[in-house]
Amino acid sequence: MRVVKYDDIVKSIRDMIIYSTTHLADDMLEALKKAYENEKSEVSRAVLAQLLENAEIAKRDWKPLCQDTGLAIYFVKVGEDVRVEGGTLKEAIYEGTKKGYEEGYLRASTCDCFTRANLKDKAGYNLPPVIYFDLVPGDKIEIEYAAKGGGSENVSRATVLAPAQGKEGIKEFVKKVVSDAGPNPCPPLVVGVGIGGSFDMAAVMSKHALFRSIGTPNPDPEMAEFEEELKKELNKLGIGAMGMGGTETVLAVHIETYENRMCHIASLPVAVNIQCHSSRHSHIII
Amino acid sequence: MAEYRLKTPLTDEDVEQLKAGDIVYLTGTIYTARDAAHKRLVDLILNGEELPFDLKGSVIYFVGPTPPKPGEPIGSAGPTTSYRMDSYSPILIEHGQKGMIGKGKRNEAVKEACKKHKAVYFGATGGAGALLSQRIKKAEVIAYPELGPEAIRRLEVEDFPVVVVNDVYGNDLYEIGRKEWEEK
Repeated sequence: MRVVKYDDIVKSIRDMIIYSTTHLADDMLEALKKAYENEKSEVSRAVLAQLLENAEIAKRDWKPLCQDTGLAIYFVKVGEDVRVEGGTLKEAIYEGTKKGYEEGYLRASTCDCFTRANLKDKAGYNLPPVIYFDLVPGDKIEIEYAAKGGGSENVSRATVLAPAQGKEGIKEFVKKVVSDAGPNPCPPLVVGVGIGGSFDMAAVMSKHALFRSIGTPNPDPEMAEFEEELKKELNKLGIGAMGMGGTETVLAVHIETYENRMCHIASLPVAVNIQCHSSRHSHIII
Repeated sequence: MAEYRLKTPLTDEDVEQLKAGDIVYLTGTIYTARDAAHKRLVDLILNGEELPFDLKGSVIYFVGPTPPKPGEPIGSAGPTTSYRMDSYSPILIEHGQKGMIGKGKRNEAVKEACKKHKAVYFGATGGAGALLSQRIKKAEVIAYPELGPEAIRRLEVEDFPVVVVNDVYGNDLYEIGRKEWEEK
């Protein structure tokens, strides 16, 4: 049984948060540069130029790319042959999150659902995070992190279609979500689509799809083709950067299906999780 | 699409010349407020009490910045989504507010108030918080410090870059832009 120290996990998470909220992920930077080259609308091009300049300033000054430094979202794969010494893994993730946000001068954005009071004094600075754990073979701990802003989360949607609606139904649903969202979620976007499993699993997969390196196709050739088809369809909407009108609304569509396209015989669950252009995600293996 | 450099507070003449799609660089004092602060401002108006700043000609920026590092006036400070302020903005506009800075769609009531009382809605680039913060030279919390990032701050800005989204004539840049680029 391999042993990992609690304090090492805390430090790795703290550092990962501070770095990725101030340094735009390479895949997003490349995607924005490409969008800037391809965009036909002058207004949207000006917005994209601002975003590229913003990424430069953020990197130079270690300043948050966006003031909404998000809820901290984690997907954690824990090896069956590793254990944490000095505390639990969950506690280490909480402490690393608190330290990262507080010491990195990031925003505490968690609040009570009803009183709307900020939770920084009650639960801890920007606590709690949202964590999904999975148990896997091996002696490593893999932690994927994203700072997920509220604007793009607010326009995300889930549904359960009738099986007869099939791919056409999925296409219509995804299109409606992006179209209704318009300028609000800060396009250009990455669109995560979760298909299958259960109602809740579709939503989780739609979020996990956003962690994939932008533009890497789904390994299933049919799904990869569907991703391209959806992207093309969505870019016909004309929303453009920050909704000013343009040709580059969606940088990529990422589909995840459950256990190689499984769902219940009566259902077709579909969820769409929207990612703004300020895609701040990272992962570490301990 | 024209470019203007304007000083705050804004006058009727200032906003009447602006059309959806115009680029404006704002200089002077502006105030920050998000939903929670808006609710308090509207409650003060409804109760006939004094506001923490003069609304006449004012520009309100919908932003909840990150905390400043030592020596900085403000942390990252890009716009938040504006629809959450839709139920409050018309009352503030009726009482003299001339400009709003945010991102995303507004409802009909806000657009009507802009037409009726001569006010404009500006869009700033969402997610450009590091860039925009460089145009903010001073920041001071003037009300509701207990709201943290949502407190009301008085900002001194220089050439703060915004685009006119909703003008006093009922035009909406989001509708115009999308119509131009949509493929049927």
